[in-house]
Amino acid sequence: MIYDVVIAGAGVIGSMIARELTKYELTVCVLEKENDVSCGASKANSGIIHGGFDPEPDTLKAKLNVEGVEKLFDAAKQLNVSIIRNGSFVCAFSEDEEEHIKALYERGIKNGVKGMEILNGEQARKIEPNLSKNITLVLSVSTAGIICPYELTIAAIGNAMDNGAVLKTNFEINKIRIIKDLFSVYSNDGDNVKAKYFINCAGTYSDKIAGLIGDNSFEIICRAGEYMLLDKCEGGLISHTVFQVPSKEGKGILVTPTVDGNLLVGPTASLVETPDNKETTALGLEKVRNLAGRSVENINFRNVITSFAGVRSSEKNGDFIIEESKAGNNFFNVAAIDSPGLSSCVAIAEYTVSLLRRKGMCLVSNKNWNGNREDPHKFKKLSDDEKNKFISKNSDYGKIICRCENITEGEIRAAIKRNPPAKDLDGVKRRTRSGMGRCQGGFCGPAVMRIISEEMGIPMSEITKKGNKSKMISGRL
Amino acid sequence: MINHDIVVVGGGPAGMAAAIAAYDNGVRDVVILDREKNLGGILQQCIHNGFGLHKFGEELTGPEYANIYSKKVAERGIEVYNETTVTDISKEKIITATNSNGILKIKAKAVILAMGCRERSRGALNIAGTRPAGIYSAGTAQKLINCEGYSVGERVVILGSGDIGLIMARRMTLEGAKVEAVCELMSYSGGLTRNIVQCLNDFNIPLYLSTTVVEIHGEERLEGVTVAKVDSKNQILEDTKRYIPCDTLLLSVGLIPENELTRSIGIELNNITNGAEVNQNRQSNIDGVFACGNVLHVHDLVDYVSDESEIAGKSAAKYVNGQLSGGKEIDVKAENGIRYVLPQKINLENTEDIALLMRVDKPYDRVQITVKAGEVILANVKRIRAVPGEMEKIIIKKEGLVNICDSITVGLEEI
Repeated sequence: MIYDVVIAGAGVIGSMIARELTKYELTVCVLEKENDVSCGASKANSGIIHGGFDPEPDTLKAKLNVEGVEKLFDAAKQLNVSIIRNGSFVCAFSEDEEEHIKALYERGIKNGVKGMEILNGEQARKIEPNLSKNITLVLSVSTAGIICPYELTIAAIGNAMDNGAVLKTNFEINKIRIIKDLFSVYSNDGDNVKAKYFINCAGTYSDKIAGLIGDNSFEIICRAGEYMLLDKCEGGLISHTVFQVPSKEGKGILVTPTVDGNLLVGPTASLVETPDNKETTALGLEKVRNLAGRSVENINFRNVITSFAGVRSSEKNGDFIIEESKAGNNFFNVAAIDSPGLSSCVAIAEYTVSLLRRKGMCLVSNKNWNGNREDPHKFKKLSDDEKNKFISKNSDYGKIICRCENITEGEIRAAIKRNPPAKDLDGVKRRTRSGMGRCQGGFCGPAVMRIISEEMGIPMSEITKKGNKSKMISGRL
Repeated sequence: MINHDIVVVGGGPAGMAAAIAAYDNGVRDVVILDREKNLGGILQQCIHNGFGLHKFGEELTGPEYANIYSKKVAERGIEVYNETTVTDISKEKIITATNSNGILKIKAKAVILAMGCRERSRGALNIAGTRPAGIYSAGTAQKLINCEGYSVGERVVILGSGDIGLIMARRMTLEGAKVEAVCELMSYSGGLTRNIVQCLNDFNIPLYLSTTVVEIHGEERLEGVTVAKVDSKNQILEDTKRYIPCDTLLLSVGLIPENELTRSIGIELNNITNGAEVNQNRQSNIDGVFACGNVLHVHDLVDYVSDESEIAGKSAAKYVNGQLSGGKEIDVKAENGIRYVLPQKINLENTEDIALLMRVDKPYDRVQITVKAGEVILANVKRIRAVPGEMEKIIIKKEGLVNICDSITVGLEEI
């Protein structure tokens, strides 16, 4: 078959564009090189919805961030993804930094950001008692918020699939042939997909994908950011997202509650050679620990439950690249989406579709489109009576598998069945939170492996942590 | 809402022993809530022997030890809710639990907390590097091997020389894997001496002290780890770094009492034991809530867990029968060289002889441990060697507790 659109990359951008396209009578195929969606920067970032004061005025970043915030809140509501408008604080520690805060405020006004206010240290500490005593001035932005980025990505692609989009995982693109007006896309394994339009959302690999049609107009700079996630017992330390004054490398080390109630600190920003360089380093983690303690006091790092790194892609000009490639008719690059990419993702999707429309793509509304997706954590939120009804219909909901997060066998089985299906332990973890808690899968791991094996009809020896060769066991005794 | 006199949360060795003791001390309406299919808890996966030496004078396997207790539970007709997970306990002792019949609410007169402990994970250690498959806590690997019948890897490094790590070094070797190294951050092992001899020395598995894993390598499955020696302040000595190829890393780096439910009742935890603070009856600061076993503090031997749980069960029965109320409480404090003492409080009402359990803060040769009330010496023992991995027990006589109004202190001095 020939698809109308093929999208390279099932990160938050590719997934949101896929969902946007299913609003129309179009056939859409998303190609993802990993075993699951949301495996790149979309799974390992701060999960912050930025107010929009940071990007330089008149850039795509400024426009799409400010436009994108409300659109994202609306989409998250439809998709039943937790989103909290907790507000953000940008903190200054010195006179120099106070000047910077004032400049950010001015820039925010230019960008059209609402809900900004400048507070002195004392006022800010009244709201956030654990804020450092050394903070002298704070830019408060009430429109900012937090979201779980992989949950959003999973929901977006899942909803796109519910509306007819096709997802092909383990499809690593190694060749694109342009035959007349068609893109013929080949995978490493010789699989082939044909489409009329190509949208390149390949994140840190987007320059290499563009290179496959001879487009060498941009080069992705990879920057790794390391994070530490703390137990829920630390989650109540602050309610706002607390930034320090940004530097050239990024928005600095932040301290934020997550939508799930944990505390997240990070990221560092170090240039890395390869996009796959997702290692944490002793130095990086040390830096996170030290700098986080600079803005928020009383963080107990004994309660760290995991640390991780994500690789962000940027480009030397500093702005998003969202345009048709000069090297290929109907080939669109949506690249260099670093911060505020998550905040802008819905706006980016709409903007991309508007470029397609301008190119003459015929967009007929899909009358059957349903933008709603059932909440994967619905069960947990039910009253006891409602839970009992659920359990009486399906007793799997009465078996708690993950004791840290109280996740039931029913929820895990559902995550393996629904769009996009979980196929490995990390996939189950991102969808259900089983294994996400303080024991990090120590107790539930073997049970989740058994459930995957039963649902997918594959032997235990085939169960992986994250696809390919990441096998969990080496054989039968 | 269902009513029960005593609800025991957890059906491992602690929960079973407590339930039996409660029953034997006159309370018939005792129930056990357990999340597994069968009673026994972690003992079910401990198929090696060495259990029961103190309690029964013979070396039993984990399941054998558990069976002795599960039989007693059955003989007494103590009701067990299997595959039932407790999700909340309120101050009013209303227990919320989930099983395949739905959500249960149970109102108890007394609650015995016996949830055991969990293993520290890789994340809590902040080891740098990648996040491949092949990194297991020792207990998870033990479960996959012993209960499910799968091998987890072929070339193994073990971080931490706690008892589970040592047991697993032998177990993996017996299953044909090559254990390249057991690394221990401290300058001494936290495991029992007998396990070092029987599990490492007998199989020529090297134990590297003052050594830790500093980096993890491999994208999909683990490919190797970098280990390095540390100095006396646990700082990594850069020039001692070396790479060990392996496909499996087992972590045996400490156990953490599983006290989320304890917190939900509103009981504050002791920051050394990570468990509730209790008096000699194993009663917490909330009347009618008792705790025992590894949820209270991590024990060396299951035999000691059973002993402690019998105290908790008996006390809960007394509480239900109205024989345990009031009384003045004094503090028991750990001083010089003692990391913690349990119980943390002593109730002076109708007390019997009391066993104080404690751990020293580092290895010592030739020490004297003294229990005092002010200047009065209540007990005094000498040890040729004392190590943190082996719990010390000192009995104080009830006669000594008459006329005490101050706190009790426990400290050691080298002799």
